[in-house]
Amino acid sequence: MSSEEPRVGVFVCHCGLNIAGVVDVKKVVEEAKRLPHVVHAEDYIYMCSAPGQELIKKAILEKKLNAVVVAACTPTMHYETFARAIEAVGLNRYRLEMAVIREFSSWVHADKKKATEKAIKLVKAAVVKVADNSPLEPVKSRTVRKVLVIGGGIAGITVALDIANAGIPVILVEKTPTIGGKMAMLSETFPTLDCAQCILTPKMAEVARHPLIKIYTNSEVVDVSGFVGNFKVKILQRARYVKIGDCRLCGFCERVCPVKVPSEFNRGLSDRKAIYIPFPQAIPPAYVIDKANCRHWVDGCDKCLRVCPTKAIDFNDEDKLVEEEVGVIIVATGYDLYPAERLKEYGYGLYRDVIDSLQFERILSAGGPTKGLILRPSDRKPVKRVVFIQCVGSRDINHLEYCSKICCMYTAKHALIFKERVPGGEAYVFYIDIRAAGKGYEEFIKRVQEEFQVNYIRGRVNRVYRDPKTGDMVVVGFDTLTGQLLTVKADLVVLATGLVPQLPYELASKLKIPFDKYGFVQEAHPKLRPVETVTSGVFVCGVAHGPKDIAETVAQASAAAAKAMELLYSEYIVKEPLVAVVDRDLCSGCRVCVGICPYGALELVEGKAKVNELLCEGCGACVVACPSRAIELRNYSTKQLLEMVKAVVK
Amino acid sequence: MNLDSWEPKIVAFLCKWCSGAAAELAGVSRLLYSPNVIPIIVPCSGRVDPDLIVEAFMNGADGVIVAGCHTPSDCHYIAGNFKAFKRVYMLKKLLSDFGIEPERLKLEWVSAVESQKLKTLFDEFTFTIRKLGPLRVKIRGGSV
Repeated sequence: MSSEEPRVGVFVCHCGLNIAGVVDVKKVVEEAKRLPHVVHAEDYIYMCSAPGQELIKKAILEKKLNAVVVAACTPTMHYETFARAIEAVGLNRYRLEMAVIREFSSWVHADKKKATEKAIKLVKAAVVKVADNSPLEPVKSRTVRKVLVIGGGIAGITVALDIANAGIPVILVEKTPTIGGKMAMLSETFPTLDCAQCILTPKMAEVARHPLIKIYTNSEVVDVSGFVGNFKVKILQRARYVKIGDCRLCGFCERVCPVKVPSEFNRGLSDRKAIYIPFPQAIPPAYVIDKANCRHWVDGCDKCLRVCPTKAIDFNDEDKLVEEEVGVIIVATGYDLYPAERLKEYGYGLYRDVIDSLQFERILSAGGPTKGLILRPSDRKPVKRVVFIQCVGSRDINHLEYCSKICCMYTAKHALIFKERVPGGEAYVFYIDIRAAGKGYEEFIKRVQEEFQVNYIRGRVNRVYRDPKTGDMVVVGFDTLTGQLLTVKADLVVLATGLVPQLPYELASKLKIPFDKYGFVQEAHPKLRPVETVTSGVFVCGVAHGPKDIAETVAQASAAAAKAMELLYSEYIVKEPLVAVVDRDLCSGCRVCVGICPYGALELVEGKAKVNELLCEGCGACVVACPSRAIELRNYSTKQLLEMVKAVVK
Repeated sequence: MNLDSWEPKIVAFLCKWCSGAAAELAGVSRLLYSPNVIPIIVPCSGRVDPDLIVEAFMNGADGVIVAGCHTPSDCHYIAGNFKAFKRVYMLKKLLSDFGIEPERLKLEWVSAVESQKLKTLFDEFTFTIRKLGPLRVKIRGGSV
């Protein structure tokens, strides 16, 4: 609150005829002049124009105004304009309020008299508020110039490299034993058919040798505290039981290991040992022991330990909790496939020859379980006829309401590679619509349909079953273009399963980032702030934010990197000072506010509540909750709101 | 009070992120709605103190709207909308004890793009209040 008596100036904008055509601006000025604290009021055709701003500046100097109300459009539109104008003549920017008489009155009411009355009320409310607005300075804090990236897929790798190349240290945390993510599983990428491994593994190697990037694999972020510029994170690094620097990848251990379990990397299409490396180019380049399946902890088996030439195996390795301080956190936790077994009609999980799209990627991949030969999983017979089913889970109100965006394109790619590798092979695609928006995408689909003669059938599949006599799969679907029920026999059925986010709920809540009803991270603004979250200092990229392909993911990752650098390269972080303040004399130390604050911004210091101005986002929930009325929200105080209410209803 | 010339006075507390943005959009879209509703922009529906609502009624408002972001996860401040929900729910129960019809208080979720919903809310609420008539309460012997 200002100690001196408020001297308010009211400036009413005509906005051409946008306001003046409906609201009687002269009457608003006359009424404004009669209000308490108002010492000056005038109108002008365009207040935001340079002469309009000059009027305001002149009046401030001549009439010694210490507060200003501009009755015009919205603060979103022009607060900054007028704030700068009043700052130019020495007034604090928080001594400005705008009365929204265009959007809230002249544009939404036809009755001129009523619109004018409402405009006057809006001006009254703004005057009583601004009279009590405190002049404030932005909150400033220094930053820790270091970034935490959660997720080591292509999004995390891109963001880590961009930031580290700009000279800022990065901590990359990955849940699995290697970085690379889903992209490492892919065969080739649409629409150029670049080999995924060939473009990804050099980047992985670059991450591994970068002096500014520290990789934690087999690790998870378990706790986050602090605020933008000064986060404290706890990382749980699970024991690997193999010393990373000592492992030479000779593979002796793998050969002697007696335990076989389905390989996660090949999605169950082949087996791996209990000591394994997910794929040959894995980063960090070291084996890992899967404790849950290893016999060492059951019967003391130590065959691998005995054959390891570099003594890299350490059964006494333990889980470690590592603490790191960072200034920015980037969430790149990616996706998983929707569990296709939930669509019972397709028989996934029941028949081995019904597979999901990532399993087909592994089959196509030269380093995969079949070395790139297209063999069906049940009896390893070469596949001659394949049926692809699109929108498995996606665009289905019983499963995922949204479009997973990439399935049309990867199915077309699958069909193309199949036709290339299997001369005389037949491919059928059941689809609802083809969505191929993207550079070169539509052309790719056309090429697959025309040049490669893949049979596209518009319609849904209602049943997939195995013919007991021949062992072939039978797909029954409805062709909506011919109106016929089709029965297609096939060696293999590939389900284009939808994408689901895999950001754990606990982590999202620790990061204080909201997500939509599907679990995708909510961006701060869908158009203008697409990589920021509402928690300052936390950014998102990749499929964690919503379904997208590799090209878009990389673009978004670079955008997130740029945003992180913008924040960390400025000397200090500036934040709106419209935060809660505690009156220590009134505070009883009851802790109600501590529990209600969604940001953990309140703590008890010497028995009284204290607000961390950098954590507080200014929502005001604590103000309402405080039983002693000891907390106020700056410039939204209870007194101010009360006066505003009185001003508009009296 | 002359009932013929009586016009309902309605205060709408709009959060600045969702319902407030919807009010801006309603303006840009030139959606005409009842001029009886006067908006007051607050940072969050969770900032709306039950006291403020009661004071609005005591000072002459015939109806009060609180509009926030959709539950569960639209709130800019994570869960302010849930706090508003609980407070308004509780206050509605108390209002009848004061002799104020609970229908005079309305909580609604309006997203930044739902300007049409906001217009309908304002118009229908004004209609409701018009039907209920001016607020007349007796508190501690005096009438308000």
